Amino acid sequence: MKHIVVAAIAGLVFGLGLIVSGMVFPAKVLGFLDLAGAWDPSLALVMAGAIAVGLPAFAWARRAKLKLPDSTRIDRRLVGGSLLFGIGWGLAGLCPGPALVVAGLGDVKALGFVAAMLAGMAIFEALERWKG
Amino acid sequence: MNIDWNAFTPWPALAGGLLIGLAAAVLIRFAGRIAGISGIVGGLLRPVAGDRAWRLAFLAGLLAAPWVYALFAGPLMPSIDAGWGTLLAAGLLVGIGTRYGAGCTSGHGVCGLSRLSPRSAVATAVFLVAGFATVFVLRHLL
Repeated sequence: MKHIVVAAIAGLVFGLGLIVSGMVFPAKVLGFLDLAGAWDPSLALVMAGAIAVGLPAFAWARRAKLKLPDSTRIDRRLVGGSLLFGIGWGLAGLCPGPALVVAGLGDVKALGFVAAMLAGMAIFEALERWKG
Repeated sequence: MNIDWNAFTPWPALAGGLLIGLAAAVLIRFAGRIAGISGIVGGLLRPVAGDRAWRLAFLAGLLAAPWVYALFAGPLMPSIDAGWGTLLAAGLLVGIGTRYGAGCTSGHGVCGLSRLSPRSAVATAVFLVAGFATVFVLRHLL
């Protein structure tokens, strides 16, 4: 039960962070990704702010011997997957978190994006199962 | 490089980033989980007993965020300019890509970099460069 309450609060705070930072505005994200145009560096500071808090938190988690992701493999799956993700991100200016926040408002286009994203994730699951 | 100073919003960006980091810190500290959105959603498609509730709770909080924000700051009206074809292709690529790459902007870009994970550093560099390249092609070549 405790974990459920913690997760709900974390989700809420995370969403508020995405809103305050401007990441829920695709035009702002695309302004950051447009290095050759009129570049808006704001999102670099979003990442810097998040990591400033994340660094001590994960240093603590490591000392407390919490279970953290243990894969260190840098392979074709990691690079190919991240490449596809980056292309999708650049096409619409939406990554999973902001897309869900905007979908939460009932925005039809965000709901469409989230449906396509879930379909993509389901395709991944199906391929993984089919491969065995 | 030509910086758009009118669009640059350093303080809200930093404040929002701190909130995102705080959320990730709370989730790892008190629930032992990684705040990676694509992983949290993707894990729902691969049901493991006892592993669903916290994911749904996190997503409920995320979906409630714009409504809570509106209570204090007024309604939020983001507009998605991409056409439907582009939007659906983008969603599909984001879904498949984040699962093969095992993370997105939050899992690799925030939590992974905070763990000083070389794997996440590579993933983040790749999706950033791919994002830069895609926008370059769309806005300056086509």
